[in-house]
Amino acid sequence: MLKIENLHANAGDTPILKGLNLEINSGEVHAIMGPNGAGKSTLSHVLSGKPGYTVTEGKVTYQGNDLLDLDPEIRAREGVFLAFQYPVEIPGVSNIYLLKAALNSIRKHQGLDEVDAMDFLTLVKDKIKLLQMDQKFLYRAVNEGFSGGEKKRNEILQAAILEPKLCILDETDSGLDIDALKIVAEGVNSLRSADRSFLMITHYQRLLDYITPDFVHVLADGKIVKSGGPELALELEAKGYQWVEGQAA
Amino acid sequence: MTSHYIAEYEKTADLLPGQSIAWLKALRADALTHFSENGFPSLREEEWRYTNVSAIEKKLFLPQLTAQTAETDDAFFNDYRLEGALTVVLINGRYSKQHSSLEGLDEDISVLSMTDALAQNPDLIEQYLSKAVSIEEHSFVAFNAAWFSDGLFIHIPAKKVVDKPIQLLHVVTQGDCLSTIRNILVVDEMAEVNVIETFVGVDNAYLTASVTEVFVAQNACLTLHKMQIEGDKAYHFGGTYVKQARNARFNHHNFAFGGLLARNDMHTDLDTASECDLNGLYLGIKRQHIDNHTRINHLKPHAISRELYKGVLNQRSRGVFQGMVYVAEDAQKTDSAMNNRNLLLSNDAEADTKPQLEIYADDVKCAHGVTVGQLEEKSIFYLQARCIDEETARNMLTFAFANEMVDKVKLDGLREKLLEQLLKRFPQVSVDKAWL
Repeated sequence: MLKIENLHANAGDTPILKGLNLEINSGEVHAIMGPNGAGKSTLSHVLSGKPGYTVTEGKVTYQGNDLLDLDPEIRAREGVFLAFQYPVEIPGVSNIYLLKAALNSIRKHQGLDEVDAMDFLTLVKDKIKLLQMDQKFLYRAVNEGFSGGEKKRNEILQAAILEPKLCILDETDSGLDIDALKIVAEGVNSLRSADRSFLMITHYQRLLDYITPDFVHVLADGKIVKSGGPELALELEAKGYQWVEGQAA
Repeated sequence: MTSHYIAEYEKTADLLPGQSIAWLKALRADALTHFSENGFPSLREEEWRYTNVSAIEKKLFLPQLTAQTAETDDAFFNDYRLEGALTVVLINGRYSKQHSSLEGLDEDISVLSMTDALAQNPDLIEQYLSKAVSIEEHSFVAFNAAWFSDGLFIHIPAKKVVDKPIQLLHVVTQGDCLSTIRNILVVDEMAEVNVIETFVGVDNAYLTASVTEVFVAQNACLTLHKMQIEGDKAYHFGGTYVKQARNARFNHHNFAFGGLLARNDMHTDLDTASECDLNGLYLGIKRQHIDNHTRINHLKPHAISRELYKGVLNQRSRGVFQGMVYVAEDAQKTDSAMNNRNLLLSNDAEADTKPQLEIYADDVKCAHGVTVGQLEEKSIFYLQARCIDEETARNMLTFAFANEMVDKVKLDGLREKLLEQLLKRFPQVSVDKAWL
């Protein structure tokens, strides 16, 4: 589904990713862990097409196509979903409108008609229960005045409705208390399926107690320096990042 | 500089309402003296430094002192009548009874033309006229006091909750016209009312110089809306001066969309524990110049003021915001927040913003913030990451920025009219109305 080969990318003029390789198959859940400044968020930004980054070398293939060649909205319509580390507040645009506009963009991209209003409402109400959110959130401006936990839940709600093929979770656990973390994790787990992959970026092992990954990778200084199964996360937690950084050197 | 206006005044002074009332005659004379001595405001005055009114000075706009509204074609302003409201129409600065619709007005509420109010009860008018703003405020106020040809007097008695909004529809039907209006709104204790001031006019140049004095008594609540959609070449001066008594509440929704050059003054004096909420939206296109001047005077303790003015400026337009929050020594526990946010849509558009705080009390909470900028890239990217293309994202964000102010209006009919005007001014904003 996703193949990243020898990816080098700069943020502005600063090289951040320095030869990253990663392959994700359908249905797999990959966790990327790493110390601050390793390039975790840069990876999610480059994959989703955020402006401000330059890919200097390497390539990213998504479903057989060059992902980096696509505009951000096309990537999203093709099924790449980024759950933001810092979801943006959009005053004046209601949550439900954004959900509907996003879903219809995907349907149009797929050559389908716009979603029926009643079907849409049923779908949204069904998914919002899953995230244990109040219906009033639908009619509030996107993320405006939401707490940290509400924003993260809202990101997962969007994913639940848009049904992406590749879901990138950028530090979705940061800033969450344990109850909010459990709700978010349940939401993510309910989305797991054979044709949907996840790339979870996190600094802490805690999230992986609730969402068990198939693979864990350690990112340090712009490269994956170690890969393994879920047990790697525990080992990291116990030994600290210096352990892998030391190994890489 | 002003002699041509003064010469005109002398010719028509006898036709102004209330000339037989001694105190009013004296007031008008003082005002004229003030105006002739000071002339129109100049860029040298701090409060006019961004707004050049010399074009008004060079022209001569003439008042219409004889009512000649019978043949007025009302088709062009009928669209602006608010459904379900009591509507009072002023044409070219004169009350037009035949165009007004006051059916269903409760008997204890007074809605009178200023001419009639002065004729019927000059002593009552004396209690209010020139009491919320003095002729020394600046020359347009003096000009207005000297020359007002009519206006409205509204009195809501104590404890009356008026269910229908009252609309003042100011219409200018002729080019070169001078429409000088003085309105007085009195909302007595515990009364509540919604009032809408709508300004519309022809496409030729004309001048509106309107002053509205507002008195909100103890525990009363007034929500005043101003929908300024003057013609493209119009000059507009509109001042609203408010006195709020103890616990009085005043909400203002100020939409400045029209005119070539528009200046809006919004001042309020807050007594103990009173509250004001000032909202403004100014939209500039082409070469429009829109100046907003607000002043909130916290004179007594525990009052709360909230202010948010937003500007969307396109093409070569220019928006000005000068906001003053004054806190007197006695006004402890003042809670005030002032914000001005400007969105520039073109490289040639300009926003000048100057928030000011003058605080003489020591136990107060006064916040202020200003932004001038373009759409935020992170917001555009967020929408793109949610499948929306960049152009649509920009349109959505622009519209949403402005619509936030329209959305605050609680009168459904008015909100729809505002929305129409908003979309008309930004046709590139292809917003799906279905979700609104």
